[in-house]
Amino acid sequence: MKFSNRIISAAAAVAFVAATGFALAPAAKAGDDVKVGIIFGFTGPIESLTPGMAASAELAMKEVTDSGKLLGGMAMVPVRGDSTCVDSAAATAAAERLITADSVAAIVGADCSGVTTSIANNTAVPNGVVMVSPSATSPALSTIEDKGYFFRTAPSDARQGQVLADVLKARGIMNVAVTYTNNDYGKGLAESFDNAFTAHGGKIEMSAAHEDGKGDYSAEVGALAASGAANLVVFGYLDQGGKGIIQTSLDTGAFDSFILADGMIGQTLIDNIGAGLNGAIGTLPGSESEGAKLFLSVASAGGVDGDGPFRGESYDAAALIALAIQAAGSADRSAIQAKIMAVANAPGEQILPGQLAKGLQILADGGEVDYQGASNVELTDVGEAAGSYKELEVVNGAFKTISIH
Amino acid sequence: MTDFLDAVVLLTNFVLVPGVTYGSQLALGALGVTLIYGILRFANFAHGDMMAFGAMVVIFMTWWLQSLGVSIAPLPVALVALPVGIVAAIAMSLATDRLVYRFYRRSKAPSVIYILTSIGVMFVMNGIVRFIIGPDDQRFTDGARFIITARGFKEATGLHEGLAIKLTQALTVLITLIVVVALFRFLQKSRTGKAMRAYSDNEDLALLSGVSPERVVFFAWLIAAALATIAGSLYGLDKSFKPFTYFQLLLPIFASAIVGGIGQPLGAVVGGFIIAFSEVTITYAYKKFLRYLLPDSWAPESLVQFLSTDYKFAISFVILVVVLLVRPTGIYGGRSS
Repeated sequence: MKFSNRIISAAAAVAFVAATGFALAPAAKAGDDVKVGIIFGFTGPIESLTPGMAASAELAMKEVTDSGKLLGGMAMVPVRGDSTCVDSAAATAAAERLITADSVAAIVGADCSGVTTSIANNTAVPNGVVMVSPSATSPALSTIEDKGYFFRTAPSDARQGQVLADVLKARGIMNVAVTYTNNDYGKGLAESFDNAFTAHGGKIEMSAAHEDGKGDYSAEVGALAASGAANLVVFGYLDQGGKGIIQTSLDTGAFDSFILADGMIGQTLIDNIGAGLNGAIGTLPGSESEGAKLFLSVASAGGVDGDGPFRGESYDAAALIALAIQAAGSADRSAIQAKIMAVANAPGEQILPGQLAKGLQILADGGEVDYQGASNVELTDVGEAAGSYKELEVVNGAFKTISIH
Repeated sequence: MTDFLDAVVLLTNFVLVPGVTYGSQLALGALGVTLIYGILRFANFAHGDMMAFGAMVVIFMTWWLQSLGVSIAPLPVALVALPVGIVAAIAMSLATDRLVYRFYRRSKAPSVIYILTSIGVMFVMNGIVRFIIGPDDQRFTDGARFIITARGFKEATGLHEGLAIKLTQALTVLITLIVVVALFRFLQKSRTGKAMRAYSDNEDLALLSGVSPERVVFFAWLIAAALATIAGSLYGLDKSFKPFTYFQLLLPIFASAIVGGIGQPLGAVVGGFIIAFSEVTITYAYKKFLRYLLPDSWAPESLVQFLSTDYKFAISFVILVVVLLVRPTGIYGGRSS
């Protein structure tokens, strides 16, 4: 009696599983979503930059979903994770959650170089998940063991250091003190700037690290001022030590001429510091190409302010993933990896922001695309943007683009 | 001659002014620690976060007053809000004493239990502050920023070097001076102050003389909380308010109290300035200073910096270790713990 009961219940269970399996299978095909992770530091030292970046990436995903062309009508669904920008353990845990629990097909992110490296090494690459970072710029990321899974739409700081040195040379600034935030980003940038600037015949009187999150930077500024340099190069973060250093420099009269790198560019810095920042110069990845202008109008039509650091790059990162999925014909993780370079570079039809539907259609028809996007995407053979930079200057309380390098 | 004046101004601007300000802030903090140590006989690790708690209340009060349009320009509104913060911090301290420390006092717990308890209180307080105001930087300064600006000083004197004195720096030093004088008068002259000193020197003898222990403990918390709030608010006004920086301040504050001799109020003040000036003078780069003073041919090429500014906090540690090894009772012969 007992025995037969078991058989009956087992049979019932099999029937149930089979029935639900059949019931779910067609539904999964029509309404399935492609989940894509977005890992940015929504808390932490660049928290004022990340909402705009995430909104830009989500804008691209929405454009893809609304087109109805991704793998025959799949939706591209963003899943956010917090990289914190500085806490590698927290960032890795967030990425782990996206990869294992949310089963994302690929990841847009991370943002800061240190956490990006640890996510790539500890979870993304081992799990075979593509990462496309819009803003991790450390030169060290060019050479990590990424098995081809790490890409970035932002150029390496090896290039930014060179551009910044060129800008200073052109302006006749040959004598500087450098302060950099004590992490991969700051150190990498300081090194590449050091090499390029010295090669131009410039003199770096002092190069010192600063820690983020301190209450008081007067000792750091005092030492920098004592070096005798007239200009201060700040490779830091605008919500953190970088801001503290500039504020203290102005307060004590140590420096009044500042040179900033991408981590320091943002309107909040000017709002916090005030008029003392007028005349500061800086570099930021980006260009004023047709794509960049188009992105601004696409963004504002989508209710996003596209004019901000790394927003175009974020849009491009998400767009690249969508195009790669389409080119691969599936949201399979390794299939995506195989197609990123193909959709980013020539040959193929050039695709600009707002034309993702067109790109998806071309790929669906078996054609090729060369995604240009907001930042003139062109990936080098290690999978990173070759990079154009805007030279900015603070004029009357706002960053103004002077020229493109 | 101008070279000499430039050198003096340079050092004043980057060493003397920041050193005096920072020393005052440390002195106020160390006074609170040393007072609790003298009366309750344990190292109160929660003191840094009590500073953050008091400053937080002051910030909320300041924001509220600012939203009402209250202004006492050129002085910052936070000064008006300060008493509210002090009252809140006192209430918090007394509540903590009632809920946590009194239990251990009555059961005559050894001091290591107190220390561990205070670490627990520290984490709770830390959490409360972050929960309410968040972990970020908060700005609550208003009124004039400078008494002397670097540019104004250069124009007025014609020197190459500027001297800047912020209003908050002057206020810090002034308020510290008033508080320290008031506290010393209270401890020396008033009946309660004498009772506290007696209790601190010899508990049994004080009890025999009719000193009420609960009353002494009550005043110790009251004064410590007030000092913590004043120190925390001044630090926040002058630098920036961020809960984590108060946690970091704990080390230099303890170093100050121990260098001066823990349990000795005068030692806490002296210790505060010793620690502050050690940090500033050791990490300062003297290249420019020496260039003003020395003939050109002797001028140094290197930075003449003894330690990188990265090691600022390490200096407090080193001094702390050296004092504990060489003279554990500190300069003014406090207790050795």
